Amino acid sequence: MRTQQYTTRLLTVLVLATLFACNKSIPDVNSNLPPLNPANQDLTAGTWKLILLSRPDTFAVAAPAATGSPAYAADLNAIKGYQHNLTGDQRSQIKYWSAGGVLRWNEIMRGLVTKYNLPPYQLANGTYPIPSSTNPFAYPLFPFSNPPYAARAYAYVSAAQYDALVACWHYKTLYNRPAPYTVDSTVKALAGKTNLPSYPSEGAVLAGVTAEMMQLLFPDEIASIQQKLQQEEFSLIASGSAAPSDITAGEALGRQVADAFITRGRADNAGKAVGTPAIWASYVTTAEANGQTAWVSLETPARPPMLPLFGQVKGFLLDSAAVVALRPGPPPSTGSDTMKQQVQQALNTVKNATREQLSLVQFWADGAGTWTPPGHWNYIAAQDFITQNWSEVRWARNMALLNMAEMDAAIECWYIKYYYFNPRPTQMDAMIRTLTGIPNFPSYVSGHSMFSAAAATVLGHILPSRAQAYQSMAQDAANSRIYAGIHYNVDCEVGMTVGQNVGNYAVQRAQSDGAE
Amino acid sequence: MKMKTEILTRRVSGKLGRLLAMLAVVLTGCQGLRAQTDDDALMMAKNNLCVGGTYSHSNWNYYWEGTYHRNNQNLGTVTTQMVGLMGIYGINRHLAVVGGAPYVWTGASAGVLHGMHGIQDLSGWLKWQPVEQRTGSHSKVSVFAMIGGSVPLTNYLADYLPLSIGLHSRTASGRIIADYQLGHFFATGVGTYTWRSNVTIDEQSYYTTSFHETNQVQMPNMASWLFRTGYRTNQWIVEGLLSDMITLGGFDIRKNDMPFPSNRMNSLMAGAHVKYEFHGKPLKGLSLTADGMYTLTGRNVGQATTIDAGVFYIFDFAHKRHTVETPTLKTR
Repeated sequence: MRTQQYTTRLLTVLVLATLFACNKSIPDVNSNLPPLNPANQDLTAGTWKLILLSRPDTFAVAAPAATGSPAYAADLNAIKGYQHNLTGDQRSQIKYWSAGGVLRWNEIMRGLVTKYNLPPYQLANGTYPIPSSTNPFAYPLFPFSNPPYAARAYAYVSAAQYDALVACWHYKTLYNRPAPYTVDSTVKALAGKTNLPSYPSEGAVLAGVTAEMMQLLFPDEIASIQQKLQQEEFSLIASGSAAPSDITAGEALGRQVADAFITRGRADNAGKAVGTPAIWASYVTTAEANGQTAWVSLETPARPPMLPLFGQVKGFLLDSAAVVALRPGPPPSTGSDTMKQQVQQALNTVKNATREQLSLVQFWADGAGTWTPPGHWNYIAAQDFITQNWSEVRWARNMALLNMAEMDAAIECWYIKYYYFNPRPTQMDAMIRTLTGIPNFPSYVSGHSMFSAAAATVLGHILPSRAQAYQSMAQDAANSRIYAGIHYNVDCEVGMTVGQNVGNYAVQRAQSDGAE
Repeated sequence: MKMKTEILTRRVSGKLGRLLAMLAVVLTGCQGLRAQTDDDALMMAKNNLCVGGTYSHSNWNYYWEGTYHRNNQNLGTVTTQMVGLMGIYGINRHLAVVGGAPYVWTGASAGVLHGMHGIQDLSGWLKWQPVEQRTGSHSKVSVFAMIGGSVPLTNYLADYLPLSIGLHSRTASGRIIADYQLGHFFATGVGTYTWRSNVTIDEQSYYTTSFHETNQVQMPNMASWLFRTGYRTNQWIVEGLLSDMITLGGFDIRKNDMPFPSNRMNSLMAGAHVKYEFHGKPLKGLSLTADGMYTLTGRNVGQATTIDAGVFYIFDFAHKRHTVETPTLKTR
């Protein structure tokens, strides 16, 4: 019958349609990395120049039990017990963490910055609530991890990880206790094998130092971070890479080093960076006294400027005199013909944006709800670092150089922005509609340009073969802000120069820290 | 056809009461994708080609951020306009193909964000009527089965909601339509399932309910229901519509965050549709349509109000002017 025929055809269609609904789940780019297998264990890293600690043995780590001792035998039994009965989930945890602790914690950080990078919603009276570290679970959640906040967070975690690993390497070479799979051939090496001494465990140092730093930076995430720490430590033991006593000593060392950085962080002026209404008003007064159009928020209701006193935060590379010394000359006067030309140029650019320019705008937007420009450069760096097979301590050192440069670029940039309090192109000409969200702080100089030039400078020093590529990316990032209509050319040109100058401070440190 | 920012409803109608389709999907609000396509109970005659154009205008100033109903002074009123071109061809009395593509403009009345414009997605449907059964002297039941799909025609931005012109996903859909006619009155129920391909964005990472480091976005599939009822003759169709678009998965926009292509976009809309077909010369073969839809409730979409108008003309390549079926009851 005809109807039957049709029914058969219809069923065929439905079956095909079902096939079409195949699994669409998407893995992250780094979800399937091999174990980190360093070509060089950097056994002298215990002598590398520290950032905050005065000595690698500032925090004591007791001598470990001998590998022939009953205590160590109990450690080995614990490992064998875990290895006897690993679940699929535990095996994937081992694989995940074997790619490297600095990498994985850096990814976790990028995720947290992304999650917390949302500007607070206004109150009914048209003002905005300010996230509070003393009440982090109430809306607005603390922190609002905007670019300066994020730059500082990445820097503190990276710098603390670096100092903690230098101390770790100091004790590794001092005590020289081999890894469990080396001591006992029946312990399987499930995450690769190295000849690096395993006491204290570098993975546990990273877990301890990072988890502890989070109490300062992402207090709402303490529980989820603690879970990550436990997963990493279990993976280290179950993979045969570390004995439980390696873990205990490592986590304790990491937490102690973090506490030193937390003490620094509580006194680095970041807590005062929000400013007060009187301070916000003073920028307007100053700009107008100089005959300039003062910046105004283009949000409705008007939002207070983002972290105006961040320029007073204590940097890792720049002292306050250097911050002042690196300040460029002023932007074109807001009443000048030069400024009119810059405004006209911004309008023409945004009106005639090509699809390639739109792609660059989106690719580099790194605005609200993202990892921010410093986070993007962490990603770029990490993807190249993965190919280098560095030791964890060298990974940490290079991430610390990058992120100290980014934090200090944020300090310098915010100092310049509020020193000049220069309006955005759209404030000068409302016809300029932007292709990404307009940042709620003054225009001159471009933050993207500074972050990107600083990152490209330090990364180009670390990986000279990629220097040209980093410079080209930095230029794209700077240009993207012009294409988007949110910056004048001059903001980006000058921002690139100042960013490079900040980056050079990190290069100078790199040349003298004992690692090259 | 997929749409974007708001309700973009497009309809095509054919000659003599064959209203061909609401080819457009409705993207309500920030972006719900509502497949309100070809969802009527009418067929073309063999070798007849109906071509038409529609214009639609949709706007909203309130939207749902998750389930929170709010406005946004940094967007003001978000407007989406669309001009659609479409065609329907009757392969035979029970089988037709439908295709179309729109040009879309978006803009926001407040704030600083730049609008977008461009050609959106090509969509096509195969419409087949396996059942047409008289159930009385003045009544009959029809069942239609459709498969369709859409592909983006241009490389427009997907992750620029609520002002992107579409979501840039490829889709494949299956649809069942059941229609009951009693005299000049009718009631039609339509159910649609739409598979959506993953989307590539220009960014290298994003946040949904967790952090993702990839430029690929997993798009949840969709289902939709439509109920329509009214009065239908050779010349006139006047009907009311209730449509429910449901995203099967996806996530809610977080407080004060921007929308994202894989949000859970739902919307319940009510509206009306009118079609008039000219019968006398010199306008024989021409028909005019008008629609209005209003979003009653939604999730992660704008509370859009949409109006549209269309003009259609039938070319009869069979040289038989009369090709229609629907309004008049016929036996097979």
